[in-house]
Formats: sequence, C-alpha cells, structure tokens
Amino acid sequence: MKLTGAEALIKSLEKEGVEVIFGYPGGAVLPIYDVLYDSKIRHILVRHEQCAAHAADGYARVTGKVGVCMATSGPGATNLVTGIANAQLDSIPMVAFTGQVATHMIGTDGFQEADITGITLPIVKHNYLVKDAKDLPQIVREAFYIASSGRPGPVLIDIPADVSKAQCVYRESAQLNLAGYKPTIKGHARQIKQAAKAICQAERPLIVGGGGILRSRAWDELQKLVRLTRIPITTTLMGKSAYPETDDLYIGMPGMHGTRCANYALTECDLLVAIGMRFDDRVTGKLSVFAPEALVVHIDIDPAEISKNIKARIPIVGDAKAVLKQLLVAVEKEKLEGTKDIEAWREQINNWKKKYPLIYKKDGKLRPEFVVEKTCEITKGKAIIATEVGQNQMWAAQFYKCTKPGSFVSSGGLGTMGFGLPASIGAQVGKPDEVVIDIAGDGSVQMVSQELATAVASKLPINIFILNNGYLGMVRQWQELFYHCRYSSTDLAVGTPDFVKLAEAYGAKGIRVTKKSEVESAIKEAIKSPKTVVVDFVVEREENVFPMVPSGVSISEMIGGEIE
Amino acid sequence: MKHTLSVLVDNEPGVLARIAGLFSRRGFNIDSLAVGRTEDSKYSRMTIVVDGETHSLEQVMKQLHKLVNVLKINDLDPRETVGRELVLIKVNAPPATRAQIIEIVDIFRANIVDVAKNTLTIEVTGDTNKVHAIEEMLRPYGVKELARTGKIALARGLKSE
Ligand SMILES: Cc1ncc(C[n+]2csc(CCOP(=O)(O)OP(=O)(O)O)c2C)c(N)n1
Ligand SMILES: [Mg+2]
Repeated sequence: MKLTGAEALIKSLEKEGVEVIFGYPGGAVLPIYDVLYDSKIRHILVRHEQCAAHAADGYARVTGKVGVCMATSGPGATNLVTGIANAQLDSIPMVAFTGQVATHMIGTDGFQEADITGITLPIVKHNYLVKDAKDLPQIVREAFYIASSGRPGPVLIDIPADVSKAQCVYRESAQLNLAGYKPTIKGHARQIKQAAKAICQAERPLIVGGGGILRSRAWDELQKLVRLTRIPITTTLMGKSAYPETDDLYIGMPGMHGTRCANYALTECDLLVAIGMRFDDRVTGKLSVFAPEALVVHIDIDPAEISKNIKARIPIVGDAKAVLKQLLVAVEKEKLEGTKDIEAWREQINNWKKKYPLIYKKDGKLRPEFVVEKTCEITKGKAIIATEVGQNQMWAAQFYKCTKPGSFVSSGGLGTMGFGLPASIGAQVGKPDEVVIDIAGDGSVQMVSQELATAVASKLPINIFILNNGYLGMVRQWQELFYHCRYSSTDLAVGTPDFVKLAEAYGAKGIRVTKKSEVESAIKEAIKSPKTVVVDFVVEREENVFPMVPSGVSISEMIGGEIE
Repeated sequence: MKHTLSVLVDNEPGVLARIAGLFSRRGFNIDSLAVGRTEDSKYSRMTIVVDGETHSLEQVMKQLHKLVNVLKINDLDPRETVGRELVLIKVNAPPATRAQIIEIVDIFRANIVDVAKNTLTIEVTGDTNKVHAIEEMLRPYGVKELARTGKIALARGLKSE
C-alpha cells in the first residue's frame, strides 16, 4: 500500500490508540494537518505551543495514556521546549511531533529552521529526526513504547516537510528491536525479602510514596501495604493523591512546605521505605542530615536514582506496582516470624499530627487557604486539581485533601508557572465527566491566559480559581523573609487585568469573590456551570505559606505555622 | 582517578552528541574520546577516558545506560586491559640534532613518517606511558605540532564483552 509520510504517520497514531492531539499548525506540518482533517483523531487547537505540551502532559497524568502534541518547525518547535522539559522532570509519557524544513534545507539556516533534536537532547528521554517516510511506522511504535515504559518521559519526533509529502510503501511496524533499552520491571527476589525483613523488624518505620506510584498506577498496592503493616505514610508533591489523605495513617507532605509531622517523622524514623521518589532537594532539605537514623529501602524503576542523593541500604530496581505486589507477598510471609510492635511510634506520630496541624488565621478576612479548604469540602476531595506554581501550589498541596488517586496535577520538577491552565484543558479532555479545577496564581495565569480561548472553543467546563494576591506571592514571601521586605519586581497590582472581564471577553464565565461569605456559593456556581469559569478570589495580599524549611538546613528546622 | 570506559553504541548520526552532551551536563571532563565502527557495522565502540571520583562516575555510567542508543558500558580494569594510542609528532630536526632524534625514535620503536628540511614527523603507537615518555624526550628539540588519536582499549583475552 502506498501512502504519503503524513498518511503513514496518522495511520500509525490511530494504531497506537491516540484519541487526541494538542497542537498548532504551520508551514512544515501542513501535509500532516491536511491528513488530520479527515482522521477520527481529535485535534485541540491551543493558542501557544507551550500549552500544547502542557495540555498533553495533563491529559497523560489523568488518563495514564501517552499525551501527544504537535507544532510546526522553528518557533513552533522551540515554543514546545518548556513543556517538554516539564514532562521530562516529572516523568510524564509524551510524544511530541515537530515539523522540520525539507531534508535538503537542513543545516542551511532555512526559513523557520531550528535544530530541535539538538535543542531538546538534554530534556527528552529520546528523540528522532525522520529521514525517510517509510521509517515512520517503526519510529512511532518505538517512540510510544519508550515514552510509556520504564521511567516514562517525553520523546520527540522531528519530521521534515518533504518526508511528510513523500510517497512510501506503508509497512506496519515490525517487532521492536531496542537492544539498548530494557527497563527492569520485577524486583530482585532477595532484595524484596530483605526489605520485608527490615519492614517487620523496624521500630520506627515510615513509607514515602512519590510520583512513581501514580505513573505505575500502584495506588491499590500501596494502600494494601499500609493496611497490612499499619506503617505511617507521607507522599511527596509528585506523589500527592496516591494515598487517601483523610486516612489516619497519612501524615501529609514532607519537605520545604510539608507538615511538621512528616518532617519530624522523616528525621526520626529508623526505616524509610521510599517508593517511586527521587529524594529531590525540596523534599530532603540539607542532605547530610536527612533521615539520619534511617535504613533506606529505595524502590525505583530508574537505577540511576538509586543512591544518587541518599545511600540506599536495600535498593530495589523495578516498577512500583510489580515490586509492591512482590513485597506484599514477602511481608505476609515475614510477618509469620513475628513483627516489632510499632504502637509507640504511631502514638508519637499521632501526637505530632495533633500538635502541629496545618493552620491559618481564621478571622473575617478572605484568606487563600480558606478558598482551597472550601473547594476541598465542596468537591469531597474528589475533583481533579491542577495547580500553577508558587504559593497557590503549596496551599493546594497543603489544604486540598485528595481522596482520589491520580487527581493532583502539578508541575513538581520544573516548577513551571503557567502549567495549570493548559494542564486542566488536557485533563478535562481526558476526563470529560469529572470536575477539573486549576488552583491558580494571578502571576502564573497571566503567562497562559490566552488558553481561555482554547477552553471556550473546545467547550471545556474547566474551573480556574485564581488566588489573586496581586503579587508574585512566593517570591514576595522570600523577599519578606530573607531580603528585608524589599519587594523587587514582585508587585503585580498595576496592570493585572480585571479577570472577570477577561473571562467574559473570551466567552467564559467570570465571578469575583471579595468576601469570605461569598466563597461557598461561588465555588458551587462555578462547578455547576457548563461553561469555562474563572473565579477571581481577591485574597489577603501578604499571606505566607507556612510552615517552611529555609534553604540549607535540616527539614526538622521548620519555621512558622505553629499554634500560638 | 582516571577511568577508561568502553561504550558500545548504535552506529547512528547524533549518538556522539548525546554522549558528549551527557558528560558535560553532569559536570564531567572528557580526557579523550575515540570512536569507530566495530566488527559489526551496526555498532560503534567509544573509548572514553575520564577523570572522576568513583561515586559520580557511577552516576554518569547509570545515566549513560539510560540512553536508548547505548548497548553496553565497561569501566575497564587497567590490569586487564590493552590500551593503545597513536600520536604524530612534528619535531624540529636541523642537521645538528637529527641523528640524536633518530636514535630516540629507534629506542622507542617509533617510525619516521615524513622528512623535511628542518623537521621530522614521527609516528608513535603505544600505551599512555610510552607515548608520554617519547613526547618528553622529544620536547627539548622543539615540538612544532602534535596530534593524538586518544586511547582505544579492549579487555584482554576471551572476555571480549
Ligand atoms: C516560568 C516561571 N518563571 C518564574 C518562576 C519563579 N517563580 C516561582 S513562584 C513565582 C510567583 C508566582 O506568582 P503567582 O502565580 O501569582 O502565585 P502566588 O505565589 O502569588 O500564589 C515565581 C515568579 C517560575 N516558577 N516559573
Ligand atoms: Mg500571586
């Protein structure tokens, strides 16, 4: 069968089960868009390519499928870069397609030429420059496999315009032959046994779940492990929603803006079972004094993460779901030999939990924490929550108690302002029947506000809750605490648009809330509305996120957030 | 400490950039890098000499392993390895010192590959020590130009992994 490169590409994508592409057209991808016009694959036209990548990212996080985005050559391709880096740092399965100038023009600085495979080398799991149309089916097959297996990540495929147009004999992709790529799935039996022993013998054990639990959809297994062992659990920002946060054994998030309970528990535990997390500096604080008494069991699919930051005494390389299944069996067996009583430790943890809850001032003022808390209450912790970056993100993490796995969508590794709105678009496309809320900051949302057009045009009932403090709040907080209140370039008050009018200008619904008493009805109204909604919560301007760990100290040295 | 890594990779465009980029990104200086096809034209072997503390080298090797185009990596044990390097040295050789230079060349079993009025170009093959030694011997005569291939290496004996 003879097809053009573009036809072979779309056929290959259909074979992969791709339902939606987030993208933006241009000269070098014209042939592909022409074929897409007749395909059953849905195309969501974003208003900036960065948001195509973020939307594909959000879609991937909530569905577990590979997110797909597309852009033209040159500026289209370079606009994808932030979104690709974001997916790489959070290990999100994504395949990004870019157009490229015609093969004979490559290397000549032709119109809209950018060496996007070169540019993205350090921020992709893998990338391809397609030289021959007949290779497309095989490359697409490989790309989807690489993106979604092992430690997931973004794969970029750069397709020159002449390759899209060329006629080729379409041959379905053959057997995958990737000699240099073989992810380890199952854990080593002896290591599993050792880990089970350590779990049963520990006196002060603690489980930390990371994003790997969500990527491998291992939340049921994680719950089983906690139920079986009754070991307290904390989840990192990336692991948030992997474990029901209303559960007794859940102690909140660790790290820079985590709970005192989680940070104290980490500092005093004698066994740390780390699953699918990578000991990021926002979690560990000063490395040399992190979990000083703990024997570390580190379960991760990426061998390069083992002992990278924290020395693992019992390393287990493998997929979180597969390893947890093995571990459950091993712990059951080991339990027959007897276990240590950890009641005293649980009590200690409960005391911390009671003594140091997350708090904020409950006065008549409209405070951002209250907005998040109310949102959680009204949605029963079951909405899909995306966040921007900054204080809004930390308040969302602290006060929205997720009770549904895979429902928290946040830029953890790269910390990308402007992620939440496009990610909500992707999440809503992936889960059309669920309530999707972007907990946003006024600064972040202005980086991507043009995507309101995308949401309205695609009839997506996403809710953008702006915690509008008129500041680049998180930066202002650091200036307040560490730079003598010198608010250098962080005041947004002048120039910030009227978000209600902005929403209306795009054909979305806009609601403004200035009083505490209006919060509940506004949230309910937004969620009920079939439209894209922006709620402008005009909150206390100089509220800070507490507790916090200043940089360079142990996570046990938290400041703020104590009951007076 | 110096390590000699033998890295088997897909013989494809761009692979060198992926590997070199990874080293620089992770803060490693490459002392030398030599690359060429292997017995199977689908693959190339890179011999990379790096200076690094063992823990961070381990990290780089693990990161290298994650590259889809990397098949195998060996941190070669110097006692179990044959390593060679080829160097071309163009040295000042006026009539007054020419005989002395030729004598040095003979002692090192090197070759003279080009003769000009006032210079000799010498080809030396050997391990790092030998190459270094002849370079030092010739330096007083005035080395005008020098080019080296970088080390290539294989594990000894049957253990041709
Ligand atoms: C793209 C990008 N640029 C800059 C930063 C640095 N930064 C981190 S938080 C922040 C302020 C965010 O302001 P806003 O969205 O209003 O959120 P707030 O902290 O006020 O809730 C900035 C500038 C970033 N994370 N991302
Ligand atoms: Mg703000």
